[in-house]
Amino acid sequence: MRFALSDEQRQFAESIDQLLSASDPAKANRAWAQGQHEPGMRIWQALAELGVQALIVPQQWGGIEATPVDLVVAFERLGYHAVPGPWVDTVAALPALLPEDHPLAERFLPGVASGETLASLVLRPHVPYALDADVAQARLLLDGAALRRFSPGQVLSSMDGSRRLFEPVPGAENEADTGADTGAGTVTAETEAAFDMGVLATAAQLLGAGQWLLDASVTYAKQRKQYGREIGQYQAIKHLLADVATELELARPLVHAAAIALGGDTAARDVSAAKVACARAAHLAARTGLQVHGAIGYTAEHDLGLRLTKVRALVSAWGTQAVHRTRVLRGMPEHGRVG
Amino acid sequence: MDLDLDERTTAFRDEVRAWLAENVPKRPLASFDTAEGFEQHRRWEAKLADARLSVVSWPREYGGRDASLLEWVLFEEEYYAAGAPGRVGQNGIFMLAPTLFSHGTPEQRKRILPAMARGEQVWAQAWSEPEAGSDIAALRSTATRTDGGWLLSGQKVWSSRATYADRAFGLFRSDQDSERHRGLTYVMFDLRADGVRVRPIPQLDGEPGFAEIFLDEVFVPDADVIGEPGEGWRVAMTTANNERGLSLRSPGRFLAAADRLVRLWRETHGDTETALAARVADAWIQARAYQLYTFGTVTRLAEGGELGPESSVNKLFWSHLDVGLHETALELLGPDAELSGKTGWPEGWLFSLAGPIYGGTDQIQRNVVAERLLGLPRGQR
Ligand SMILES: Cc1cc2nc3c(=O)[nH]c(=O)nc-3n(C[C@H](O)[C@H](O)[C@H](O)COP(=O)(O)OP(=O)(O)OC[C@H]3O[C@@H](n4cnc5c(N)ncnc54)[C@H](O)[C@@H]3O)c2cc1C
Repeated sequence: MRFALSDEQRQFAESIDQLLSASDPAKANRAWAQGQHEPGMRIWQALAELGVQALIVPQQWGGIEATPVDLVVAFERLGYHAVPGPWVDTVAALPALLPEDHPLAERFLPGVASGETLASLVLRPHVPYALDADVAQARLLLDGAALRRFSPGQVLSSMDGSRRLFEPVPGAENEADTGADTGAGTVTAETEAAFDMGVLATAAQLLGAGQWLLDASVTYAKQRKQYGREIGQYQAIKHLLADVATELELARPLVHAAAIALGGDTAARDVSAAKVACARAAHLAARTGLQVHGAIGYTAEHDLGLRLTKVRALVSAWGTQAVHRTRVLRGMPEHGRVG
Repeated sequence: MDLDLDERTTAFRDEVRAWLAENVPKRPLASFDTAEGFEQHRRWEAKLADARLSVVSWPREYGGRDASLLEWVLFEEEYYAAGAPGRVGQNGIFMLAPTLFSHGTPEQRKRILPAMARGEQVWAQAWSEPEAGSDIAALRSTATRTDGGWLLSGQKVWSSRATYADRAFGLFRSDQDSERHRGLTYVMFDLRADGVRVRPIPQLDGEPGFAEIFLDEVFVPDADVIGEPGEGWRVAMTTANNERGLSLRSPGRFLAAADRLVRLWRETHGDTETALAARVADAWIQARAYQLYTFGTVTRLAEGGELGPESSVNKLFWSHLDVGLHETALELLGPDAELSGKTGWPEGWLFSLAGPIYGGTDQIQRNVVAERLLGLPRGQR
């Protein structure tokens, strides 16, 4: 047993951090919310050069077939920096949805790997709206076992402005699509796999967002003075932040274990456990972060708000807490010992 | 990154599992906070020791089997999953022994450890005092130099197992002019020595789980001082954070309790009661998280890392997990929740309530996490 990230995985995370620290994702996030995609797309391209989008794409289609652990390492960083765009759909769920020999694999996956193709997925019932469907080339909707194309219908506004959601209009014609059903009528196993992968990537994003909220709050608590002292000296503040740190620390191993479990019997239970714990921890981090920041945190100018609304949106995206707790309950074993 | 066990570890785990299946008492032993139960538990400790399962992580010469930290964690999982008795010797095994491994003399180890491993000598931890609880450096009990040793005077309190235990270890102020962390000495003493009076204190369940210890010029030889006189704080602290700091509560107990909770939920509610189902799920998720977090810690330590303020993260997490888990079980039991001696849950609940207090309260752990892990500034105490 070796339950720790490898040096390569740590370095991978660091290189993503370096890239993102230099490219102002918060600004891109705000532009994205206005429908201005260029800054966000520049980051998208830059990350493709690091191989982020190619992680779980088969080699045959230009991918690097990395492990799901590598994938969650990347998604934690994407969540940390609040990078806008349909990352979960494109990078995590789509490759899982399209088995190697699927007719659409050749069509979409090479573009995913190279950073040219964006995907927007609708997986009913838990993913009913299409994220960023206006910029996505691969727009796929799962209805029962049938995989169909859709085009973006009415735009909906999310509490997280950078999550641009659309009503999917199934089967409609548009330039990129021929509009027909794909013919691949039986994708049940892949649907499960795609959902699990999406859930896991969302959990990792939540974890990263929660960690950013904690880090920012700790930094602020060391600087902000009231009554002549840094507010971080007050136990009322310390204890709130210590609880956030504890929840985040203990959520992280669930994400890594779920990544290991993908493909096995306990995958559904384990990704759901990870999502429940990460959502809880990130939500606590957001609520606490706002409290620690006071009114400044409640402004649209401050980056705290980007995470606060994103976290709450992600708590319900890809399955609510209740949905995932139910999946956990269904999968709880007779005993929790190893082996 | 993986969670796979190698062959050696699997073999060890299987051996433990088989032995426990064969040997765990069919009927639970009486509480070790009763005179009768204490003796039953001593015999159980001896039986464990005969199978070399009493202190698996210790070196062989002291009765252990050099088990790795991972093997120890798995041993604990098996132990509690099998419903084996609580460890009456735990204060000695998990707190005094690591101190002796780091700071004791070879003579002390040889004299003390094997008897501890067999339950022949059960130890109590005598740290707290009436004026020194969370602020342990405020302690006042004294050690005064005398021919060939020291005379201990003062008062200790809340000392678990002290009612029936044989010996105790604790800190004493050996330099009367010293303040706070300086001038303390780490001493072992006999609970039946002249000048010692033990007053049992009944806990919430009515049993004398801890005790007050009054000391009036109790003689201890130099051989029973651990480390240098005056260096007691350092001796106490270097071991508080060492890898066995994890040992205060390994995940095994909580996993076993979570398993029982899941079973109870399936028996009593199935999937009909959604309000409670969420709490059952959360308890299970948390027990699993703690198990995995521990595997991460074990990996880090095996690769040469050190355990720092994360042990406070542990403590905060499991103390909440334990209370939440038991409260959920009581909800599931409905009107039977108040019935003692039937399901074990009410007793377990009472015990879980002490978790956020002993071994450093939740507030103290939060201070440690905030200041040492997050780097927030120290404030007024
Ligand atoms: C079941 C049980 C078994 C025990 N076994 C042992 C044993 O074997 N040996 C032993 O030596 N001791 C033992 N103890 C004692 C235990 O270690 C102390 O109770 C604990 O350290 C707290 O001290 P106190 O009870 O004096 O509370 P206090 O220190 O008086 O604390 C009271 C309250 O004030 C809070 N508080 C105190 N200081 C601060 C601060 N700086 N910031 C914020 N809040 C603060 C505490 O968190 C707590 O909520 C045991 C206790 C229990 C309940």
